[in-house]
Amino acid sequence: MRGMRNHPGWRAFVVHRISGVALALFLPAHFLAMGLALEGEARLEEFLRWSEQPLVIAGEWVLVMLLAVHLAGGLRLLALELLPWRNWQKTLAALAAGFAMASGLLFLLAR
Amino acid sequence: MNARRETMLWVAQRVTAVVLAFCVLVHLATIIYAVRGGLTAAEILGRTRGSLAWAAFYVIFVLAVAVHGAIGLRAVAAEWLGFRGEAAEFVMTVVAFVLAVMGLRAVVAVFG
Repeated sequence: MRGMRNHPGWRAFVVHRISGVALALFLPAHFLAMGLALEGEARLEEFLRWSEQPLVIAGEWVLVMLLAVHLAGGLRLLALELLPWRNWQKTLAALAAGFAMASGLLFLLAR
Repeated sequence: MNARRETMLWVAQRVTAVVLAFCVLVHLATIIYAVRGGLTAAEILGRTRGSLAWAAFYVIFVLAVAVHGAIGLRAVAAEWLGFRGEAAEFVMTVVAFVLAVMGLRAVVAVFG
C-alpha cells in the first residue's frame, strides 16, 4: 500500500480529489461575491478593494493553482479513460503539475 | 446500488468534464487577463453587461459545474466518508440545485 501511495498516479488521484473538494467548497463564496453586483457597481467595487489585501491575493493564487491543477488532472483522467495508450501516465501527471505551476506564475505576474 | 443510475452519473461526470475543460481554460485566461493592473467593478461589468455571448458561456459553465461538483462530492463522500444510499443521493441533488441557483444568480448579477 505504501508503495502504491508513492506512485505518481496515486498522488495525482489525491491531488485531483482534494482540489475538487476545495473548489466545490469555494464556489458558493465566489457566487455570493459576484452576486454583490445585484446591489450595484459600488458594492462590488467595495468588495474588490477589500480583496486587495495580501492574504486575499494569496488565497486567490491558491485557488488559481487548484483550478489549473484540477483541470490538468481531469484532462489526464479523460486521456487515461478514453484514449487507448496508457504507458505515459507519469508524463501526463508531470504535464498536469507543469500546467498548474505555469498558470500560478502567470497569475502572480499579472496580479 | 442502482447500476443504471451509476452509469448515467459516470457519463454525466465525463461529459461535464469535457465541457468544463473548455470553460475553465477560457476562465483561467480571462482571470489572468482581467487582473492585470488590478480588478475594478467597472472593468468587469463593462465586459459582461449586455454581452449575450459571455452570459451564455457562464450559464453553461455554471450548469456544468453544478452537475460535476455534486457528482464529484458524492463520490468523495461515498469512498472517504462511507456516506452513500438514498440520503447521499438526496444531498447530491440538493448540492447540484443550490450551486446552480447561486451560480445563475451571479450570472444575472454581472450580466443583467
